[in-house]
Amino acid sequence: MAFLLFFMLKWLEKNLPKIVLAPAVGLISWFIYGFILWTFYISFTNSKILPKYELWGVGQYVKLWKTHKWLIAVDNLLIFTVLFLIICIVIGVILAIFLDQKIRAEGVLRTVYLYPMALSFIVTGTAWKWILNPTLGIQKLFIDMGFENFTFDWLVNREMAIYTIVIAGVWQSSGFVMALFLAGLRSIDDEIVKAAKIDGASLFTVYWKILIPMMRPVFFTSFVILVHISIKSYDLIVALTQGGPGISTTMPALFMTQTAFHKSQVALSAASAIMMFMAVAAVIIPYLYSELRRENVR
Amino acid sequence: MSDNTTIASYKRLEDRSKITNLLLRWFLYFILILFASYFIFPLYVMLVTAFKTMPEIRQGNLLTWPSQLNFESWAVAWGGRGYGAGDTFLRPYFWNSIKMVVPAVFFSTFIGAMTGYVLTKWRFKGDSWVFLFLLFGCFIPYQAILLPMARTLGVLGISNSILGLVVVHSIYGIPFTTLFFRNYYVSIPNELIKAARIDGAGFFKIFFKILLPISTPIIVVTVIWQFTQIWNDFLFGATFSFGEAAPIQVALNNMVLSSTSVKEYNVDMASAIIAGFPTLIVYVLAGKYFIRGLTSGAVKG
Repeated sequence: MAFLLFFMLKWLEKNLPKIVLAPAVGLISWFIYGFILWTFYISFTNSKILPKYELWGVGQYVKLWKTHKWLIAVDNLLIFTVLFLIICIVIGVILAIFLDQKIRAEGVLRTVYLYPMALSFIVTGTAWKWILNPTLGIQKLFIDMGFENFTFDWLVNREMAIYTIVIAGVWQSSGFVMALFLAGLRSIDDEIVKAAKIDGASLFTVYWKILIPMMRPVFFTSFVILVHISIKSYDLIVALTQGGPGISTTMPALFMTQTAFHKSQVALSAASAIMMFMAVAAVIIPYLYSELRRENVR
Repeated sequence: MSDNTTIASYKRLEDRSKITNLLLRWFLYFILILFASYFIFPLYVMLVTAFKTMPEIRQGNLLTWPSQLNFESWAVAWGGRGYGAGDTFLRPYFWNSIKMVVPAVFFSTFIGAMTGYVLTKWRFKGDSWVFLFLLFGCFIPYQAILLPMARTLGVLGISNSILGLVVVHSIYGIPFTTLFFRNYYVSIPNELIKAARIDGAGFFKIFFKILLPISTPIIVVTVIWQFTQIWNDFLFGATFSFGEAAPIQVALNNMVLSSTSVKEYNVDMASAIIAGFPTLIVYVLAGKYFIRGLTSGAVKG
């Protein structure tokens, strides 16, 4: 008996680290991987309000890609992602390079550029909705400034509303790119810059030819994180346009929740969720792979 | 003689480059301040709008300063107008969010610390795969887990409750907290742990007596990160709760959308500032740690 107890204690001691690890691994296995598998399975059924477990084939995916609203959502996602990416990276890189010039009050400026990241999209969406509103917002500001015929109605204009989401999204996230690039620039050895300057390179050349190419991993990281943010964007649209006017600013995340919880088409919404998951995975898996490899090389 | 001319021309050249440099610096500051005003603009508009009365808002424009500080919109946003049905105000939801954030931050941080500790100081075969397995959870679109989570909360009898949101946020925070602690503990020399083991310290003693006391910076980073994420969450809040159990972001959105007849922009802005205030204040006071959380794992040099 004492012998058995001794062995049990020994076993416990030996496996203690794994026992402590178990809750995290168990929770993530069940609540992330298990749940994704469940959603995946349901997307192959014909579930409406309640899940049904008889398989129904790929019908939901066929239906999804014939749904007008989904096609608009995907279109919007592409427009948003491209603009959001380019503008955030351009602004972020410019700000990082300028801030890197031994600027007075750098800390204050950095704080200002990044504070939107601390606010929720609902808070900033509410603010932008007021700023962009076509009667009392920006439009009135310009009219008061003397531009009498100035109109700015993007928020209620089907063609232009998606760009208001770009404006608010860029405002929220470009400071983040700035922070990534500034950290990247600061981690580069000063000697490289000094050597280039001794060789007669101008500051412009130093950045354009040496430092920016060295930032390739940071570009990659920003790309991955921004694409990931844009595929998941949901709150901002809810706060700013609710997908409107009409359905002109619908995005996949909004489509998914609306289809599931308002239209009660559980299987169709599962299919849309799986499409989103695959899009994110296509970007993230190469990223994690390269990050891990970089770590192992060192 | 000729020496003098060269010196003079050098001087002239130097002066000229000084002037270009000065101009360049002015240009630099100009651009930086221009961007700073673009970033500040919405916050400024929110603040002045919140202090204006509605007639003032209709007469003036976004930038005009309020004629006097009008606190009524703040009182309405926080405590309502005092009549019964349909009077939504933020106070109860603010406390909902506090009740949700505190335990969720605690649990996710604690689990992340233990997991990070095992993955770096008690390494075993395949541990980097376990880390990758957990890490992937940082990136999944939550839409892919929303449907089964809603059902699970229903089965557990905690849907539409703060407890339910605590559970959800604690679980989905684990990948992030693990990432933070794992990256921090990796840089702590293993010799420290070996020495303690030789002295007979066990698994928990090493964690609580050696690692935890030097973990303050990463605990601050993690707590701030989790606090900001959970406080600002809308997707989980809006999907898993409604009515009285809603967190503040959901309540804010409902308030802004539901103002029926006349839009009260001053109340909307006051509400938005109240809902954003806790994270904003944490950011201003501990921005350094917030940025470290943001860039953690992204820039490894």
